[in-house]
Amino acid sequence: MHPVVEATARVVDSAPVGRRYHRLLLDAPELSAASRPGQFFHLLCRDGAGNGPYLRRPMSIWRCGPGRQLGFLLHVKGRGTAALAALRVGERLSLLGPLGQGFRLEPGWRRILIVVRGVGLATLAPLTEAAAAQGIAVQAVLSAQAPEDLMAAEFAGDSGAAITSVFDSDGSSAVPAVEAFLRARFEGADRPDAVFTCGSNRLFLLLQRLAAEYGIPGQIALEQQMGCGLGMCFCCVRQIRAPDGTVQNLRVCAEGPVFDLQAALAW
Amino acid sequence: MVNMAVQIGGLPLANPVMPASGTFGPELAQVFDLNRLGALVTKSVTPQYREGNPLPRLCETEAGVLNSIGIPGKGLDHFCVHAMAEWRRFAPPLVVSLSADSVAAFAEAAARLAGTPGVAAIEANISCPNLEEDGRAFAMHPHSAAAAIAAMRAACTLPLWAKLSPNTADIAAVARAVEEAGADAVVVANTILGLAIDIERMAPKLGAGMGGFSGPAFKPIALRLVWQCAQAVRIPVIGVGGIASAEDAVEFLMAGASAVQVGTASFVSPNAMLNVLDGLQAFCARRGFARVSDLTGLALPGRMRPAAE
Repeated sequence: MHPVVEATARVVDSAPVGRRYHRLLLDAPELSAASRPGQFFHLLCRDGAGNGPYLRRPMSIWRCGPGRQLGFLLHVKGRGTAALAALRVGERLSLLGPLGQGFRLEPGWRRILIVVRGVGLATLAPLTEAAAAQGIAVQAVLSAQAPEDLMAAEFAGDSGAAITSVFDSDGSSAVPAVEAFLRARFEGADRPDAVFTCGSNRLFLLLQRLAAEYGIPGQIALEQQMGCGLGMCFCCVRQIRAPDGTVQNLRVCAEGPVFDLQAALAW
Repeated sequence: MVNMAVQIGGLPLANPVMPASGTFGPELAQVFDLNRLGALVTKSVTPQYREGNPLPRLCETEAGVLNSIGIPGKGLDHFCVHAMAEWRRFAPPLVVSLSADSVAAFAEAAARLAGTPGVAAIEANISCPNLEEDGRAFAMHPHSAAAAIAAMRAACTLPLWAKLSPNTADIAAVARAVEEAGADAVVVANTILGLAIDIERMAPKLGAGMGGFSGPAFKPIALRLVWQCAQAVRIPVIGVGGIASAEDAVEFLMAGASAVQVGTASFVSPNAMLNVLDGLQAFCARRGFARVSDLTGLALPGRMRPAAE
C-alpha cells in the first residue's frame, strides 16, 4: 500500500569481495520483488552491537527481483560501510526503500552498452539481468585499478553480458584507450541503442561527449551524500540541465539517482 | 480510550504530534498515512525564489545533525498555486512555515497566505536573518521578534505561531514579547548554531560554514527552553528539539508543551512520528490519563500533580 517501507531484514550472507569490497544479502522477499535496477535503499549502518553512524547511508541495489535475496555490494571506506561489513549472518539490518528513480529500458532496444568503474558496477549489475530478461544484449566496459579489483562475476551475474576489462595498472583504462574502444563500438554493426554509466567522473564525461556525438541516448546513476533519502531535506541536490538549457538543483534521492546522461553535469 | 485532541490557540488538532519544519514533505506519504498526524508543517516558504546554500548542506555528529540548507524554494507564488494543490490532498490542518528578511515582507506574505484556501495557521520562522538589523535573526531580540509578529498579526487573522530560536540570551523575554505582539503559540525551539571542521581540508564541514544543530544531543537544551517559555507565557508552547520517542515527547509535555514536533528523528526512522503518537497514547493509558492534554506542565514548579495511581 505504501511504496516505501521501513523494515528490518535478516542477513543471510555477509562476506568480503576482493580487497576492498563486501557483499550483503538479505532475506527481504517483498522488498526485493518491489525493487527496480537503479533504485537504492537507505541503510541504518549499525553493527551487531548497535554501533555505527547516526544517519542512514544510501546504497544502490546490487541484487533484486522476485524470489531473489536483496543484495548490496559495498566499498568499505568509512564508519557506515565498516559497520555494515561487520554484520554477521543472522543479524538484522534496518532498511528503508526501495527509493528513487531507476533505469529505464525502452521497448525495441536490442543492445545496450554499460561503462562502469569501481563499485559503480554494483549499481549497474541489476540492469544487466533486467536487460537479459527482455532479450537486450549487454556489452560492458569494466574499469578498475588492477585485475584483483575487478568484479566481473559480481557484475554480470547470469546475464551473459559481454565484458571488456580495463585497468589502471596496465594503462588500458586511460581515457584515449577507452575512447577508441567506444568509437569502434558506436561506428560498428553492434552500435548500442543506449549507454549507461556510474562511478567515474572521467568516464562519465567521455561517455557523455561520445554519446552526444553519435546521437545515442544515455543514463547515469549519480551518487550524493544524503540526509532523509526521501526528498524532504534537500541536502543531496546536484546540478542538472533542464531541456531548456537552464541548470537546476535536483534531488538525487527523489528525482534521481538515475538521470539523463546529457542532463548531468560533471562533479 | 485516551482523548488525544489538543487545542493550540484556537486551532483544534486531533493529536499533539506533528513534523518539524524543514524535515518533512508530502514525500513522507510514501511511507505512512499522513492523515494520522495532528498537523502538517511545511518547509519554510520565502517570498522569492531561493537557490539554497552550497554543499555539503548536512553533516552528522555522534547524536545529531548540523544543517545549513539555506531554505531553497520556488517562492510564495509557486507555493500558493502549485504546492498548495498537493497539500490540500491531506486532512490535518496545514501549518505553513514562513520566512522573510524584513518586517514588511513577513506581513505581506502573511496576508497572501491568509487569502490562500487550505492554510490553517502560519508558523513564523523568525530565526532567519533580518536584513534590516545587519542580518541578525529576528528571534535573537524581543523587539525585533515582536515587530515581525505584530506586523503579521495586523496583516492576517490566521492562527500565528512564532518559532523561537535558542540563539538568544533570554528566550523567556522573546516569548513574552511575541505573546504581547499577538502570537497564538510559540514553537520552542529552532536549531542551535553549531560548527564542525574537516581537519584534513582545514575548513568547515558545511558549505555555508556554521549550521543549525538538531537531534538527540540537543534535547536537554530544547527541553529547558520549553520549560522556561511555559513559565513565561500563557499561550501554548509547542515543543521541538531532539524528540525521537514517545518518552521524549512526554518529557516535553510535562515541561509545559501542549504539542510536539518531530524533526531529525524522521531522517533516521521515517515512522518516528507514528511511534511517538502510538507511544504517547500507550503512556496515557498505562498511567490512567484520560486526556493527553493532562500531561502538559505536570513537571513545572508549583503545579498540582495527580495523586499517584
